[in-house]
Amino acid sequence: MNENQNQVTKQTHAAFPWKQVIGLFMSLALTFFALWIAVGLSLPVPVTITIIVGLAIVQAFIQLFMFMHVTEGTEPVHQLIGILFGIYVAFVVVAGTLWILAYAL
Amino acid sequence: MTHSLLSLNEKDRSKMPLEYSTEEGDLRIVGFWIFLAAELVLFGTLFGTYLVLQSHTAGGPTAKDLFEIGPVMAETIVLLVSSFTCGLSTIELRRHNKKGLIGWLIVTILLGLVFVGLEVNEFYTYAVHEGAPLSRSAFLSGFFVLLGTHGCHVSLGIVWIIGILLQLARRGITPVTARKAFMVGLYWHFLDVVWIFIFTAVYLTGLVI
Amino acid sequence: MIESIKSFMGWFFVTGDPMIYGADASIALVSIGIVAVLTYFKKWKWLWDEWLTSVDHKKIGIMYILAALLMLFRGGIDALMMRAQLTLPNMHFLDAEHYNQVFTTHGTIMIIFVAMPFIFGLMNIAVPLQIGARDVAYPFLNALSFWLFFMGAMLFNLSFVIGGSPDAGWSSYAPYAGAEMNPGVGQNYYLLGVQISGIGSLATGINFLVTILKMRAPGMTLFKMPMFTWSILITSVIVVFAFPAFTVALALMTIDRLFGAHFFTIAAGGSPMLWANLFWFWGHPEVYIVLLPVFGIFSEVIATFAHKTLFGYAVMVWSMVAISLLSFITWLHHFFTMGNTAPVNAFFSISTMLIAIPTGVKIFNWLFTLNKGRIQFTTPMLWALAFIPNFTIGGVTGVMLAMAPADYQYHNSYFLVAHFHSTLIAGTVFGIFCGLHYWWPKMFGYMLDETKGKWSFWIFMISFNICFMPMYFLGLMGMTRRMYTYPAGLGWTPINVVMTIGAVGMGVGFALIAYNIVWSAIHGNKDKTGDPWGGRTLEWATASPAAEYNFAHIPEVSTRDAFAAMKEDKGVFTTKTAKPYEPIHMPNNTGIPVIMATFMFIAGFGCVFEWYWMAVPGLIGIVICMIARSFVYDDHHYISVNEIKRTEAGTGRLS
Repeated sequence: MNENQNQVTKQTHAAFPWKQVIGLFMSLALTFFALWIAVGLSLPVPVTITIIVGLAIVQAFIQLFMFMHVTEGTEPVHQLIGILFGIYVAFVVVAGTLWILAYAL
Repeated sequence: MTHSLLSLNEKDRSKMPLEYSTEEGDLRIVGFWIFLAAELVLFGTLFGTYLVLQSHTAGGPTAKDLFEIGPVMAETIVLLVSSFTCGLSTIELRRHNKKGLIGWLIVTILLGLVFVGLEVNEFYTYAVHEGAPLSRSAFLSGFFVLLGTHGCHVSLGIVWIIGILLQLARRGITPVTARKAFMVGLYWHFLDVVWIFIFTAVYLTGLVI
Repeated sequence: MIESIKSFMGWFFVTGDPMIYGADASIALVSIGIVAVLTYFKKWKWLWDEWLTSVDHKKIGIMYILAALLMLFRGGIDALMMRAQLTLPNMHFLDAEHYNQVFTTHGTIMIIFVAMPFIFGLMNIAVPLQIGARDVAYPFLNALSFWLFFMGAMLFNLSFVIGGSPDAGWSSYAPYAGAEMNPGVGQNYYLLGVQISGIGSLATGINFLVTILKMRAPGMTLFKMPMFTWSILITSVIVVFAFPAFTVALALMTIDRLFGAHFFTIAAGGSPMLWANLFWFWGHPEVYIVLLPVFGIFSEVIATFAHKTLFGYAVMVWSMVAISLLSFITWLHHFFTMGNTAPVNAFFSISTMLIAIPTGVKIFNWLFTLNKGRIQFTTPMLWALAFIPNFTIGGVTGVMLAMAPADYQYHNSYFLVAHFHSTLIAGTVFGIFCGLHYWWPKMFGYMLDETKGKWSFWIFMISFNICFMPMYFLGLMGMTRRMYTYPAGLGWTPINVVMTIGAVGMGVGFALIAYNIVWSAIHGNKDKTGDPWGGRTLEWATASPAAEYNFAHIPEVSTRDAFAAMKEDKGVFTTKTAKPYEPIHMPNNTGIPVIMATFMFIAGFGCVFEWYWMAVPGLIGIVICMIARSFVYDDHHYISVNEIKRTEAGTGRLS
């Protein structure tokens, strides 16, 4: 969260965008890894789903921190709490809906 | 958060990138984050709906029957790369490099257009050639609406970026255009996050179950 | 040709009921009257410049409240029609279909078009003033929110005379609300009207969340904010995260009905229960959206008229935070009777009982604030005091309903109806009337008459109990909700007669409030001080009504109850006003919100009738408005020091 203190108004030197490149390669690697787990291996279905959902969450955090600068701003705590609350409610609506509707399937 | 917030903002802002340099820019970026958090719930609801209805194929085609991994991987890679180029545009924005910013934004919308084209083609294939339109079964209703909502977001993002490009070309990088370019970047990355979950929960899961 | 026009008209307009023709005539007359008055007094330009294009939060608040009062009138008429029909057994005042429409519009209007906009109105008036801000974070978006609500409400109300009203209840359960069992346009009106105003609500939530987080006066930390502002902060969080689910639910049912999808149908694998699930995922947080703000109002009013600082401030805040988290995990209790597994029922029973704890804690906070206070029985205080016992009855019966096995007995009986009216009337309605009387001088610069106010309070409050206390027993005697008539000999008749008397009394109470508003507009006492009640928070530190820029100097805050502290410490207060003025930066008025919302109305109306030649141009119009707004760069102006001096001198605030 101290990241913003190192920011200057203008970054003049053309530094190589390591963060972005690493982010891209990690995303691609995780995507192909998830594909391999799902299609290449034949693990039991619940195990496969657990792993690929886990990989998706990792990838989402890569986007959030490496591309989206979620810790930036005058008071980043606001957007962090906002996103966390959003994740909480999104989790509740997905998990709750599946749990409740499992009965009516 | 126990000290005076306004004075803190003023002090911090002079050290911040251009898009945060005015109070208005600061307010709008925070608000946009909150909007994205709300969008998480919107897509969460669509995901929940899709996952409940996934098995309700009503005798029609199932996920396994329809999905082909080739086009899906193409869509995924195009969108991931567009998120990367969009990230580069933000870096050029921070360097106050107007040409670089405009260039990377143009690459981003071109990739976005390719993505939308691939998705439209996929929809067309399912609905017309495979006889699996939205009205065929609950599963397909869920599929088309979840992906369609994402696709509409991407299309709207393309229109939005074009609008910002026009303003950048005319006005250069100002606190206002910088804020807009930064916000559309957030939006674009967010849509990539949503796609990662579509890729996982819809396509990969559909191929496994 | 003429025949086809005739048959179109017969289908397009609602026909066949003399009451509808009466309504048609009165709507036409009122519309002509408004147009004639505006034209005669040459007020069109004034209306456009001062109101329709305004981005001033105070004016937007007034427009919200005005619209909400009109809707309250309509929803109240619906209620009286239902009570008239149910007074005696075997009545034929309304037929079954008409009765269904009336209870549907009553519920939808009261929740979506009365409770929420009234609260949005009060928070527009009070929140920026309470935090010492000059406007909200996004004034343009604020105006857009209002106009989306307004157009959504108009679209919904149009169903009364054009095409036919929805009749599937405010919760619009599938499969009955689906196209197969409910053809015609009525349900489309519900889906589109509520959707349009819901988008506005989401925008309001984001707007006030950011306003409160980022625009507080220097020194006002989160834990020095007035309690009403806290309640709006938490409410905004719930709005932001609950409304997207409703947006989706409404959109899915719209797609079902218009494009033949199968989300909630019985055929082709749809899941009707999924609708109930999504609806209540929004619907339960919605209860807190309309309750937390009035808890905030009562906190302000009780502290002001007990002349004490609020008891247990931090507990109050944390209990609201707990409510915001818990409100998202209780929704299944609305459909226990659809059946589910024991773990699911147990989880949602327990979470429902849990959420009663922070609510109960707040009751004790108010009681302890009153304890040893110097209580002044003004009209707002009467509403606040009456809230405590009446609302507690609603809360306690809610805990009864929370127990899944017991709920099988109570559910869908009048016991349930009485429960949620105890919370929504004794909570929300008492609260908005309380806030209306309390902040009226801040809105208009004059007081509502106290004597008439107290009469209206006593009549309304007693009638409320006459109407809804017997209703619990009627429910326990087996009368179910939404039945349009009942046979004699079940022992229900006397209670129904008593309830109708109570309902009429509530109507009289409301009419008296309306009369008081008109009377006080002419004869009411002017509020020259800006602080008629001896308030404790910053909205009372400025003139009534506040100038466009709210505060000539942004106040500096060092403690809770900031204005009370300033009044005690005179020195601080006067040195501040001696500072020189600086030009004030304010947003320009803009016509885009009202035009954009009008396109939304056109698109919505096109979708209702599945007239895509109308819907598509409407949607294009919306996009054009968004683009046009994006290209507006000159959207601010400065108020000069001279003008500030003139304004401040006009209110006697220039020393």
